[in-house]
Amino acid sequence: MAINKENKVNDVLIRFANINGSGSLSANSLFTKAVFRAGVPVGSKNIYPSNIEGLPTWYEIRVSEKGYLGSRGKDADVIVCLNPESLDDDVTKVSRGGYFIYDNIVKLDDNKKRNDIAYMPMPFTVLAKTEFDSPKARNLMKNIIYIGALAALVDLDLDILKSVILDEFKGRDDVVVQNYKALELGYNYAKSHYALPSKFVIEKRNLNKDKILFSGNSAQALGAIYGGATVLAWYPIAPSTTSADAFAKYAKEFRIDELTGKKNYAILQVEDEIASIGAVIGASWNGARAFTTTSGPGISLMTELLGMAYFAEIPAVIYNVQRGGPSTGMPTRTQQADLISCAYASHGDTKNILLFPSNPTECFEMAADAFDIAETLQNPVILMSDLDIGVNNVTTGEFKWDDKREYKRGKVLSAQDLEEMEGDIARYKDIDGDAIPYRTYPATHPTKGAFFTRGTSHDEEALYSEKAEDYKIIVDRLKDKWRTAEDYVPEPILERKHDMFDVGVLYFGSTKQAVDEALDMLEAESIYVDAMRIRALPFNEEVEKFIKKHNRVIVIEQNRDGQMRTLLINELNINSKKLESILVYGGAPITAAEIYEQMKELL
Amino acid sequence: MTDEKYSLADYQGAASTLCKACGHDAISASIINACYEMQIEPHKIVKVSGIGCSSKTPTYFLGKSHGFNAAHGRMPSIITGANMAHKDLTYIGVSGDGDTASIGIGQFMHTMRLNLNMTYFVFNNGCYGLTKGQVSATADKERGTRKYPASHMEEIDLVRLAIISGATFVARGYAGNKKQLVEIIKRAINHKGFAFIDVVSPCVRFNNDKSSTKSYPYMKSHLGEYGGESIITQEEALAALQKIKDDNKVPTGVFYENNLVLDAHDMLQTTSTPLRELNEDKLCPRSSALVGVNNKAR
Repeated sequence: MAINKENKVNDVLIRFANINGSGSLSANSLFTKAVFRAGVPVGSKNIYPSNIEGLPTWYEIRVSEKGYLGSRGKDADVIVCLNPESLDDDVTKVSRGGYFIYDNIVKLDDNKKRNDIAYMPMPFTVLAKTEFDSPKARNLMKNIIYIGALAALVDLDLDILKSVILDEFKGRDDVVVQNYKALELGYNYAKSHYALPSKFVIEKRNLNKDKILFSGNSAQALGAIYGGATVLAWYPIAPSTTSADAFAKYAKEFRIDELTGKKNYAILQVEDEIASIGAVIGASWNGARAFTTTSGPGISLMTELLGMAYFAEIPAVIYNVQRGGPSTGMPTRTQQADLISCAYASHGDTKNILLFPSNPTECFEMAADAFDIAETLQNPVILMSDLDIGVNNVTTGEFKWDDKREYKRGKVLSAQDLEEMEGDIARYKDIDGDAIPYRTYPATHPTKGAFFTRGTSHDEEALYSEKAEDYKIIVDRLKDKWRTAEDYVPEPILERKHDMFDVGVLYFGSTKQAVDEALDMLEAESIYVDAMRIRALPFNEEVEKFIKKHNRVIVIEQNRDGQMRTLLINELNINSKKLESILVYGGAPITAAEIYEQMKELL
Repeated sequence: MTDEKYSLADYQGAASTLCKACGHDAISASIINACYEMQIEPHKIVKVSGIGCSSKTPTYFLGKSHGFNAAHGRMPSIITGANMAHKDLTYIGVSGDGDTASIGIGQFMHTMRLNLNMTYFVFNNGCYGLTKGQVSATADKERGTRKYPASHMEEIDLVRLAIISGATFVARGYAGNKKQLVEIIKRAINHKGFAFIDVVSPCVRFNNDKSSTKSYPYMKSHLGEYGGESIITQEEALAALQKIKDDNKVPTGVFYENNLVLDAHDMLQTTSTPLRELNEDKLCPRSSALVGVNNKAR
């Protein structure tokens, strides 16, 4: 057993190795929440297979007082292994001076034993069997026993864990009691058999005062509720399904009419993603706020109708929780690889507005804003989340809402508007000079305002036309409208401004966690680069200025072909030699170490 | 007649650009007449179509209504979304046999299962007119069109399919029998649920040879009609259909009419106010609710 050296306070990476489908996710999540309640920033990452039960799965908890919640890499300080199948490999991934907790029914191979880590065999199965009666209880409580042991290892106050359990199983006293028992079993056994706590200790702080523990998928669903969506049409696909589930849950909570018990929303689980986007477009066309949530393969199916929405100028909101591609790819791994297919979805000259949230708080905000943006610009808007942000619970800023906020419905002519105006609507005419025309909802006025919506070429009155002049007026205005959109989408954030080196870093989305940490690592070595976080397409003019200002610009992203770099070159007419890439695309979330090492190589 | 609020002109659209004697023009005229006789407020009708000769027709009727010429085979999902946004308008979907029986077969099936309150037309001529004469999935198995050979594949009978797939009103009309068609349309529009009307609509350019069961000459000598009581079970509907087929006639009429099935909005329990008319007060839980959400996440 390694002798404890100096303590590492609130700075530990814990990894659980479980068999998927065993109830471990719930138990592991309890621990994450307990650390949050201890007032220390914490983030979890679920690394799971595309499978229902029986295969290896891992869950990481990163505790970091400094707020570094990104993936740290291969090695974990504490590994709790409940899966004999992955055990040999898991042992190799404990960092030097770390701890390996495992079920003592497994006999370790002496040849593979390391002398630079501490082994903590624990009687998880034995205790579960002797202390609990039903097979179900034994399986589930085994997980809570190891949580108790872990609490002893890192000196986490059991009362905090108990409060989490009490909230989780509110109203089910027998379950609470059972969980408490298991917790104490693990804690007491570990404490009485091993010199604990270890050097990895969790000390209470007060750093989470205005924070919450939330996932991107739940946050975007909440954003859809707050943003006024009344229609969700969707098809199940990993990893976006939990977002649809969350919307259903919030709708049940917030959107039931008090008097009648009827629903102020409609959720359609349709037959495929083409039907999803079709229903979204139809509902949006007819004046309701509608959205769908999907992943890469779904986007591919939606491209034809996305082009129709672009050309016919109909709002559409899509949440894309990106996963490993291409094709069926890696349904349970993360990437940022749908940028090109989303930005330019569809044949012909098309462009879609993209939003890039970096954490659940931004998922909430941008998910709600997407409807205002889509209706204002009369264009599809795609929220580009990914698996890393979507499925993982992380410490993030609490949700806020301005109660004075009114929905921005865009240029919609009312019956009164039509009554008062001379003549009738010219659906696709640029009246105000901002390239955004006026529309009407069906059934607005008895004799005015009706027009034909079509995916075919049309003139400014929405009449079918094959004439070159008519066609060009429309598509050229769409190009101008793209520039107008710059003013309505989230601005980039200059996250680091040092003006000391001639190097600038561009990044977006879920890379933020790792980038923040990597930049701090570089600054600790007196390497100061500027960093701008892109939050939307079309690009704000500040992005172009940033690129022009630096001699070298490095674009960090999680795909093989440098898709953001491609978009920057294409949209801003940048010389390709100006933009360099740091690319991580194996399916695991990018780590600070990877960015740090590649930056050092480049600089 | 003079007490009417709306005249026939209020239901007309632009001039047709279809071939002379195309069956589709007779259907357009029938839709105009039916809506006129029912005195539906013209602007409260929503017309959506797919792509094809059939799907061009919404321009030729109901000029005061908003129209949506969507994508090939995708009219059902568009009209579903539109219906979700406002359940109290009259929804007319126009499609063809290519649009519905091939690329659109999936959306057709699932919209019937939803029992969406709409009237769904297939202008059925057994061929792809707009792309110049290919055989469609409803074409006779062993007969080609003027331009293309027979498919030798099982033909899809959309009426049979609709009866067993969740449609709650199923009928077939014929462009050459406007009187019957107008009555069918009126019943269909009045029906609360998915009303399907398959209309034999000869394509004079590509599929009007007397050997084709979708031609004027064939229909003239083989027109069959079900004129009996309203049928409310699927089995009886199929039997009535088959009986006429056994007589070597093309079955037309209303074959199935079931008013006991909840339509989509009833099933979804949506509120009585059309969803698009709900505002922030009904839709946004505001900051007070966020207190609870945030607290549960701590």
